[in-house]
Amino acid sequence: MKHLDEYRDAETARRLAASIHREADTDRRYRLMEFCGGHTHAIFRYGIEDLLPANIEMVHGPGCPVCVLPTGRLDMAIRLAKRDGVILASYGDMLRVPGSKGQSLMKAKADGADIRMVYSTLDALKLAEANPGREVIFFAIGFETTTPPTALAIEAAAKAKLGNFSVFCNHVLTPSAIAAILEAPAVRDLGAVEIDGFLGPAHVSVVIGSQPYEFFAEEYRKPVAISGFEPIDILQSILMLVRQLNEGRAEVENQYIRAVTRDGNLRAKQAVSRIFELRRDFEWRGLGHIPYSALRLKDAYAAFDAERRFDEPYIASEGNKACACPAILRGAKKPTDCRLFGSVCTPETPLGSCMVSSEGACAAYYSYGRMRERTQ
Amino acid sequence: MNVASRASRSASRRLDLAAGRVDLTHGAGGRAMQQLIEEIFRPAFDNPMLARGDDQAAFEVVGGRMVMSTDSFVVSPLFFPGGDIGSLAVHGTVNDVAMSGARPLYLSAGFIIEEGFPLADLERIARSMGEAARAAEVAVVTGDTKVVERGKADGLFINTAGIGVVPPGIEISGDRARAGDAILISGSMGDHGVAIMAHRAGLEFETTIVSDSAALNGLVADMVASVPTIRVLRDPTRGGLAATLNEICHQSAVGMRLDEAAIPVRPEVLGACELLGLDPLNVANEGKLIAIAPAEDAGRLLGVLRRHPLGRDAMVIGEVTADPARFVRMATRIGGERMIDWLAGEQLPRIC
Repeated sequence: MKHLDEYRDAETARRLAASIHREADTDRRYRLMEFCGGHTHAIFRYGIEDLLPANIEMVHGPGCPVCVLPTGRLDMAIRLAKRDGVILASYGDMLRVPGSKGQSLMKAKADGADIRMVYSTLDALKLAEANPGREVIFFAIGFETTTPPTALAIEAAAKAKLGNFSVFCNHVLTPSAIAAILEAPAVRDLGAVEIDGFLGPAHVSVVIGSQPYEFFAEEYRKPVAISGFEPIDILQSILMLVRQLNEGRAEVENQYIRAVTRDGNLRAKQAVSRIFELRRDFEWRGLGHIPYSALRLKDAYAAFDAERRFDEPYIASEGNKACACPAILRGAKKPTDCRLFGSVCTPETPLGSCMVSSEGACAAYYSYGRMRERTQ
Repeated sequence: MNVASRASRSASRRLDLAAGRVDLTHGAGGRAMQQLIEEIFRPAFDNPMLARGDDQAAFEVVGGRMVMSTDSFVVSPLFFPGGDIGSLAVHGTVNDVAMSGARPLYLSAGFIIEEGFPLADLERIARSMGEAARAAEVAVVTGDTKVVERGKADGLFINTAGIGVVPPGIEISGDRARAGDAILISGSMGDHGVAIMAHRAGLEFETTIVSDSAALNGLVADMVASVPTIRVLRDPTRGGLAATLNEICHQSAVGMRLDEAAIPVRPEVLGACELLGLDPLNVANEGKLIAIAPAEDAGRLLGVLRRHPLGRDAMVIGEVTADPARFVRMATRIGGERMIDWLAGEQLPRIC
């Protein structure tokens, strides 16, 4: 298929892998963090690690919106869904995420809460139009890629005076999370998590541009390659990072020139800034409280903010203590380092969010890479 | 006018197949139900056993092994490109029976209908079932109709059960795969699931994909006649190729190694899966089969498959391996390796 086949071509992959093998310095290690869960998923789905030399290690980052959502926020969604007259519209992968006390949206649905699986914000708007007597709350979640559609939905609802539509906003920001990882004591002081460079998610940069990463490259001396999600994209980006590290450079390089520019999508950014403002504080699973790392609706749109409309408070809650999701999300542990992995925690009976989401590192290890542990 | 005479009067008129709707009397065992059977089901399924009007069908017992299978159909939407719930209900059970190598002979059909369901739709579905059964050379010999109150079912659910006879010398079962055997599939993966998804409310997108829903018993008859050594046959329906291969690995206590480049997926299906974040190997098929046979018979079996219209795109996709962990592994297109796992949770409900 056009625009796909060329980025999955076996011959090109072999050529790139040969260059990586040739150029990677055998005397050093390359620890590269792919920030985004989509990259983690692609790396496993295509078996990319099989093409890399042993001294290049991919460290899986926290770029999975389902994974980083703290239990307390999920509990809020469950409480909202259980209110009389409410329809909670949610993406499918949120349904099985464990909340506190063994709760989940799936269980709430079985108990009678009206929770509908939707595929877009537009579906949620249509639900609100079709059910004028009900309160339709859209469970908004995601990084910069999903924020513009939520902004446009809110604008559309405001224009149509759709009084029964609101958004439970959990939109978070990629650069804040990368900064938190680089600022974490484990990285800066103890050297426990060495990260030599970053693969930046191309779809995020289609919106925000490559410019927001320039700070990391300069301030922390870490090279960044903005990478697409096809196997050829990823291999090419790894080669770019190897070259930068070999040459002692720390720059933002754009592998995904077919859609990413330095400034990103101005109209999308404007839509987001019309509707949203920075939250002073937001809790991330694994990374803790990060200031100015998430968005909330501006006061002018407070009527569409489910948190304010239903006066639903945030109650922090700890997940399962034995679950290593927090360390895995920081890149400090691998899924297989967790003693729950594959025994009590599986995709069928997930205890941690990283096992639930299709973008979670544990799910990728379990579904695509479980056989590796046995053969090593 | 009392209720009884009103019912008898309405029953004396023919069903209004243009604008009429199913009501609770159609499932109550009275004249209205009789009329529904006489005017919709009997003409659609028309065969001597059903025509006798008994509560059961009687047939001669043949020697050898008989197989029986049942399946319920709750697909949404009821009509989709390439089929409808009626043809699907025939194909699904015919295929489950045929995957033993058997020749399917008889079907039963149970209908659970929601009050208010349009008679025109019911008639269209019954007709489609009848046509599918005749094409597959099976007879719908007994049936049942229930009507439930509005809101207690989504339009129409159908259950079918089927009986078939296995030809002598054929031993086909999911626990018979052996290391070294070849794994074949009869054609492209994911067509049915994507056709359904494309037409789901809230998920409409333009696509030319039609469901592959088809009765595979003719193909199976050719296969077992030419290659009686076939060890396993199975149709990769819900959960797709991935789930079905894992089932077989567990039953046979073996592993598998596949070659991604050999697995046919239509570009339109691949495109839709990209868009929806699905893996075509997890998406349902309703007219495809997996066959496992000794490696030395694989070439001949592939030839038989490709000569049949339903097996034109058949491929050898991998081999059975000795693996106590029972993993399905796949060499990826770019030269890496990954596992093919069962899908956790429900990818999309009510696909069949």
